[in-house]
Amino acid sequence: MTVEHPVAPVPAGDQTRIHDIGYRSYDGPRLGRGYARRSLYSQSLRGAYGLGRSVKSKVLPMLLFVVMCVPAAIMVAVAVFTKAKDLPLDYTRYAIVMQAVISLYVASQAPQSVSRDLRFKTVPLYFSRPIETSDYVLAKYAALASALFALTAAPLLVLYVGALLAKLDFGDQTQGFAQGLLAVALLSVLFAGIGLVIAALTPRRGFGIAAVIAVLTISYGAVSTLQAIADVQDSANVIPWVGLFSPITLIDGVQSAFLGATSSFPGGVGPSHGQGVVYVLAVLGLSAACYGLLMRRYRKAGL
Amino acid sequence: MTTRVARVTTVVGVTVIVTESLSKRFPRVTALDRLSVDVGPGVTGLVGANGAGKSTLIKILLGLSPATEGRAEVFGLDVATEGAAIRERVGYMPEHDCLPPDVSATEFVVHMARMSGLPPTAARERTADTLRHVGLYEERYRPIGGYSTGMKQRVKLAQALVHDPQLVFLDEPTNGLDPVGRDDMLGLIRRIHTDFGISVLVTSHLLGELERTCDHVVVIDGGKLLRSSSTTDFTQTTTTLAIEVTDTDEHPDGTRAVREALHARGAEVVDGSGGLPGAGHVLLLTAQGEQTYDLVRDVVADLGLGLVRMEQRRHHISEVFKNDTDSDTQRKEAVGHDG
Repeated sequence: MTVEHPVAPVPAGDQTRIHDIGYRSYDGPRLGRGYARRSLYSQSLRGAYGLGRSVKSKVLPMLLFVVMCVPAAIMVAVAVFTKAKDLPLDYTRYAIVMQAVISLYVASQAPQSVSRDLRFKTVPLYFSRPIETSDYVLAKYAALASALFALTAAPLLVLYVGALLAKLDFGDQTQGFAQGLLAVALLSVLFAGIGLVIAALTPRRGFGIAAVIAVLTISYGAVSTLQAIADVQDSANVIPWVGLFSPITLIDGVQSAFLGATSSFPGGVGPSHGQGVVYVLAVLGLSAACYGLLMRRYRKAGL
Repeated sequence: MTTRVARVTTVVGVTVIVTESLSKRFPRVTALDRLSVDVGPGVTGLVGANGAGKSTLIKILLGLSPATEGRAEVFGLDVATEGAAIRERVGYMPEHDCLPPDVSATEFVVHMARMSGLPPTAARERTADTLRHVGLYEERYRPIGGYSTGMKQRVKLAQALVHDPQLVFLDEPTNGLDPVGRDDMLGLIRRIHTDFGISVLVTSHLLGELERTCDHVVVIDGGKLLRSSSTTDFTQTTTTLAIEVTDTDEHPDGTRAVREALHARGAEVVDGSGGLPGAGHVLLLTAQGEQTYDLVRDVVADLGLGLVRMEQRRHHISEVFKNDTDSDTQRKEAVGHDG
């Protein structure tokens, strides 16, 4: 081989740029499905408040969280200064009064949680790993429900702490607080399920937001209108049955039947204990149905 | 938790993938039709036209889509019943976009590593290593939305490798890349096996780009196995070099001078004009191993010409079948063509 002639330059290849210490294989532990599910849960839960995401995506959830808590803080301040014997609002009533804020939160965060994976087709990357459809759905569902619980329980905590500072009756307040927590826990699971099912139908986030708001507000609007008409026409016995058809009145019904709440239905007629059982079954059934629908959706979206 | 089985990629003669009369029928189409093929360790190319059943085969091998009939095994694990165990040992790079634009490559790959079961610290370390190996440096901290296609392909590859699998499925990894990007990606794929010790099943509709990268090529068409053989069988005898040289005052037609000189030295020069404009300046000759490259270099240098280009000409898959099946009655249409 003669080397004195200039040789056409051969591309030097990619080794020139890679200062390589060589490939190291991984022999450490692989923690399996349970760990992956927990990781997805915590990532989704943090994401529901914009943590680990851009500054822009933190604004709305944080703002809604503050909006949720400010009225509670004001009520506490009023109660402390006026030395009232009771809080201006029951623990169980708080979420009902603030339902618009809760709906907005669900509408903004449910699509954020699931539409992105669908839209950017990230879902197949999950399912090409050991996790199964149920792991994905459970993690996403639990994360949004937990985020909602944080949103709805935080103002109750503010009220409770304030009530104790105002030296209101400890037993009464603790009981009310516990009932309120149970009610918002049910509310969180139900709203998260409904929000996720609707959001998972479309990869478009905007549609998801609009659809969630529409379903939550239209159902409530229709139900409360029908209840008002029934009230005017003296057919009060149908009011509780009508209440079964919107998520927020379902929660209202459950808590006025079993958790000592005063009903916000027209005329203040909440469901009886018997009807309350139907309400509880409806809440649980709806939540389970949402889980089932999500499973079906992702079985198809697999690849 | 599972224990690692020993790396099998270095063991000669072990099959990584086995399929036995594997079929997949959809209501209207038959995606796979009684496909029986064995794939050993190394880099294996899976070639076929769009719709030939390549992606369907990968989905079945990942245990995500049940076969209509027949069976398949990956590392001796049945795809129908042990999908989860298989997915723990393999990586998958899909053909389509799969990256969220608003997170950085690092965040995304760390998350995917954790989804594969890597503990947080290991996930971060492996992510940094893997991104470096695929050639992503400072840009890995920026949101993926601003990446070029080539960089996105690297991120997709990194997420398939981050958990150190024993086998990766790469579905059309060179799609949408320019020629330089393609060569980089193919070089990277080669390194996945040679440097990382990971077996590769890579699909493409271009045989040309796989013949240089793969140890073994499986050609499927209409869900049927057309051919499975090592790339040396396939293309070694038909490697063609394309040469282009400059003209000088001494040799006003450099191309002819080289052709004559090569002919004088006994090299087989193919007529490369083909009637295309400008093709008269390109010489094609059949390479018979290393010495042909030396010969061309010496001839060009002796004549005092400049060598503008010397490259391996990529083959259309149809050429392979033409050369290969001249004696055979079967002649296949072009399954793919080089871009």
